[in-house]
Amino acid sequence: MSENAGVAPLFELDGVRVDGDDGEPILHDLTASIPSGLTVVLGPSGSGKSTMLRLCNRFVVPAAGTVRFRGDDVAGLDPLTHRRRVGMVFQRPTMFDGTVFENLLVAAPELDRDRAGVLLERVALDPELLDRAGEVISGGEAQRATVARALATDPDVLLLDEPTSALDPASTRQLEQTITDLVAGGLGVVWVTHELEQVERIAPDHRIVLVDGRPADAHETDHYLHAEPLDHAADEHPDHHTRDSSGGPS
Amino acid sequence: MNGDVGWWGLAASLVLVVVALVVSLVRGLRLERDLVVAAVRAVAQLVAVGYVLLVILDEDAPLVLAFAWVALMIAIAATTVGRRAPEVPDVTRLTAAAMAASSTVALGVAFGLGVFPLEARVVVPVGGMIIGNALGATVVVARRVVAELRDKRLDVEARLALGQPSAEAARPFLREALRTALIPQIESTKAVGLIALPGTMTGLILAGVPPVDAVRVQAAVMFLILGSVAINVVVVGLGVSRSMFTDDHRLRR
Repeated sequence: MSENAGVAPLFELDGVRVDGDDGEPILHDLTASIPSGLTVVLGPSGSGKSTMLRLCNRFVVPAAGTVRFRGDDVAGLDPLTHRRRVGMVFQRPTMFDGTVFENLLVAAPELDRDRAGVLLERVALDPELLDRAGEVISGGEAQRATVARALATDPDVLLLDEPTSALDPASTRQLEQTITDLVAGGLGVVWVTHELEQVERIAPDHRIVLVDGRPADAHETDHYLHAEPLDHAADEHPDHHTRDSSGGPS
Repeated sequence: MNGDVGWWGLAASLVLVVVALVVSLVRGLRLERDLVVAAVRAVAQLVAVGYVLLVILDEDAPLVLAFAWVALMIAIAATTVGRRAPEVPDVTRLTAAAMAASSTVALGVAFGLGVFPLEARVVVPVGGMIIGNALGATVVVARRVVAELRDKRLDVEARLALGQPSAEAARPFLREALRTALIPQIESTKAVGLIALPGTMTGLILAGVPPVDAVRVQAAVMFLILGSVAINVVVVGLGVSRSMFTDDHRLRR
């Protein structure tokens, strides 16, 4: 860690370019800063939101430019150590085979049951769930369990890639509450979403709007925030293995 | 030998193929072309191989010719795997390396421990059986590993996101692919003699060798095959799984 870790933003992207399979850029010359607290990354489908998120845990490596975590170039960090400091939660709850407790053990093999129970309480789940199989709990419970699993590595920040897109409205509200509570507890969160209502509800500290792989200008931001989102239909069926090579869902 | 089949016998055995041709023609199955091509190719290949083996298996021929023949079989098998699993990156080279390793181990055991005498007439068929049996399992494991890792991409990435190294993140899926590839070999080893009389034994019995002697040879061959197929499958499975990830533990597209 560099000496300026205390003051440096969580993430800084400096002139970052990411190319897709087809050679077309997904992100071009993106420069952005993500400070502590809760940051929301917004934008229409295909604008590069997920790719930006995946740069932060080194699931994507930029073709040009630099990604820094607390002042350190991510390219110079050990990817495995880095990923344990930067947790990620995906669109769909991805529980592994086995019980909820076994899921937490994948993240932290030395975890005991008491601490596992505390992790579940942090995401508003009953510790009784520890012995339930991951596949029998509800989607909302499963998604909160994957948050608990990500917290098991004791990360500084969580990256959330549209974590409520597969959840019903009630589970969505619960997860939003869980995450805002975690932020209030000092955790950094970068939340990718396309739902403007959700942004209203979670009241982020910072907002980044992406359009066509770059930060939107004032006019585009205004247009995006006040027009009916165009991409609802596309995003409700998150099937996005079409574009980026090194990237992911955008 | 009692099992001699003359040219006339060979022609007679084609009667069934002709029956199949007639059925295909009458029922409009359009299998005629494939049947004829397969039969002609098989005869041509076997006759050609027969003449090559005549040279290699000659008592005065140097033993190195037999090993060269095994190397050629490995090259052909690796190319075949590459053709049958086109979506698997670098599979031809990987298979060649794995087959070279597993044949070396198997032939080393067979001759080093004195299971068989070190003669060209043993090297060629034992090598052929090892490579031939490994071929199918290798195609299965290579394709399964790629399919599993692509189908379970979300699961694999969720593991990587927790800081698991790629080898660990791939393990549950690799295990599944290895099981799928090896089970047929394990099952046929279990069912041997009860359902099918395996090739070596059939050949020896047809050639007039007493069944109990044939059994001993068959058992030795079977263990060599099972062992070398397992080595082959594991080496290829691990190699393909590794090639699906970058050095910095990202799953490739």
